[in-house]
Amino acid sequence: MPKTTIKFDYDKYLRKDTLPHIWCPGCGDGIILKSLLRAIDKLQYKKDDVVITSGIGCASRLPGYVDFNTIHTTHGRALTFAIGIKMYKPRLKVITVSGDGDALAIGGNHFIHAARRNIDMTLIVFNNYTYGMTGGQSSPTQPYGSHATTTPYGSVEPPFDTCELAKAAGATWVARSTSYHAVQLEKLIADALTHKGFSVLEVITNCHISYGRRNKMKSPVEMIKYQKEKAVPNRSAVNMTPEELTGRFKTGLIYEKKDSLEFVEETYKQLELIKQ
Amino acid sequence: MKKVMEGSMAISDSIRMAEPKVISAYPITPQTHIVEHLSQMVADGDLKAEYIMVESEHSAASVVLGASACGVRTYTATAAQGLLYMEEVIYNIAGMRLPVVMTVANRAVSAPISIWNDMQDSMALRDSGAIQLVAENNQEAYDMHIQAYKIAENPDVMLPVIVCVDGFVLTHTFEVVDTIDHIEKVREYLPPLNMQYKLDVNNPYSFGTVAEPSIYHEARYNLSNAINNSKSIIVNAANEYKEMFGKYEGALIDPYKMDDADTVIVAMGSVLGTIKDVVDELRESGKKIGVLKVRSFRPFPSDEIVNALKNIKNAIVIEKAVSLGKGGILSCEIRDALYQRKVNSVNVNGYILGLGGRDITPQNIYDLIMKAEKEENIDGEFFGLNNELLNKVF
Repeated sequence: MPKTTIKFDYDKYLRKDTLPHIWCPGCGDGIILKSLLRAIDKLQYKKDDVVITSGIGCASRLPGYVDFNTIHTTHGRALTFAIGIKMYKPRLKVITVSGDGDALAIGGNHFIHAARRNIDMTLIVFNNYTYGMTGGQSSPTQPYGSHATTTPYGSVEPPFDTCELAKAAGATWVARSTSYHAVQLEKLIADALTHKGFSVLEVITNCHISYGRRNKMKSPVEMIKYQKEKAVPNRSAVNMTPEELTGRFKTGLIYEKKDSLEFVEETYKQLELIKQ
Repeated sequence: MKKVMEGSMAISDSIRMAEPKVISAYPITPQTHIVEHLSQMVADGDLKAEYIMVESEHSAASVVLGASACGVRTYTATAAQGLLYMEEVIYNIAGMRLPVVMTVANRAVSAPISIWNDMQDSMALRDSGAIQLVAENNQEAYDMHIQAYKIAENPDVMLPVIVCVDGFVLTHTFEVVDTIDHIEKVREYLPPLNMQYKLDVNNPYSFGTVAEPSIYHEARYNLSNAINNSKSIIVNAANEYKEMFGKYEGALIDPYKMDDADTVIVAMGSVLGTIKDVVDELRESGKKIGVLKVRSFRPFPSDEIVNALKNIKNAIVIEKAVSLGKGGILSCEIRDALYQRKVNSVNVNGYILGLGGRDITPQNIYDLIMKAEKEENIDGEFFGLNNELLNKVF
């Protein structure tokens, strides 16, 4: 694999007339955007072959800034629009970008069913533990005990583990990274895109404005440090006790299953059979 | 006590006074401040209620439906796409005759995405069976929510009430609001909810079951009757509130400087404030002009509006919503009310302004009045278009 280039022509992939973006200074979403662009460039996909769909939220603003075929849809439904696109034109590389609220709360139903079908698409979940755009309400990935505007004394709900959920629902490629681990992130995005089947990549990203401020991490630096310190490479996690893993998260490839039945292929195969 | 309050804060404070037992909401701009204040109140013990976080607006509406069916007072709030996503449940809440009160922080609907104010969202719910009241300012938003419970819970009504407040223009703007000091007074105005039909294991009922063709028609007739007959209850709620708390912002409608007017501007919501300023100035220069505020959009006060307008020459309807494929919504209903009552002397012109949060300035209103008085049969014309942009946006 070629080395990550430091000098990279991002302009090639950006719709500069839609910039500046709306992300707050210090937000991690820009790092994910750039990693995604580098990964796509590395795979040498044609711009016209890439489709990015999104729902509503900070992460969902991404498609507006990039020069691919993009669609900004309704809250929670980005995967369903993506499925429609993929089914009609299977040759397209369909990527959905979604926040934790978008993918796992209002769109949770579509998340599990896309995984169940193992449809050949990639979902990148930007997990900042909160509804950043609306000012920091409790989301389904908000860590137990942490604070949000709707949980002023701490959350008493257990959060979803995005990767475990994806795996249990049937996704055949599951990984996690952070906006701190930019090099790993780029590699994982490329791997997700080349995997055949439904690939889910959770990226822990920092929202110091809506989440960090309420949780003793008011600067981007503190949040980036949190990501650095709490991340445990999956291969090291194998040798750790549950106590040692408490409050931390595994990164890297979490699960991969090759040669599983894939939804688009199965559907078209059946269509061919019916025609005969 | 008079306080400087953000609209959202005023609304959450009046909800605190009404003491709902179950609150459920999903975040959406520009509703969030309302529910954030409420969740803080619940967490601090200032409001003895359950605050239930959910994974969508559909769930929020479903939670309050369920709680309300058990016989407790409930509250939710949303806006725009959130309201459209709730729509299915709101039809059910109305059909099950449950007195849920909710706020809609009025916002434009997608696509294209806009977080800013207009009234397209609540207009989509106009046929749902929910009562719709529209607040002009933060004081009225405060008072209207307490009245909303009074109306919703009346045994002859038993319907959801949607209180519409303009997103950002009211929800995020600070004004002086005279709040009620003693919760006992509110309890007196708003006695504990006592529902005749509720989910009770000792006295079981079933809600929302299948109605065959032999009975559905009658069920809908009763629903239709209930909302039509709620007019007098809305009037009583406003009058009793006035007696008790000294505040009155109108009941179904509220005329302003209309006594000798030739021309009347009809509108709903926060834009009335700007309109009244323009009308005040025009009055000073001798123009016979007034304003008619429509406070209850559902039930639609046809008789009251016709009575108010029947002797004037020009009615200029300003709307922040449009029925695509038809035209103005409020103007159409006013024309219908006049036609039904055989009043054909009023020239009704309807204009669409300020969609997606575009400011409606005093100058816009002035220009519109000057133009509209010379026109006839305008049915939802878009006013203030930037023609240069028309070829550039899809």
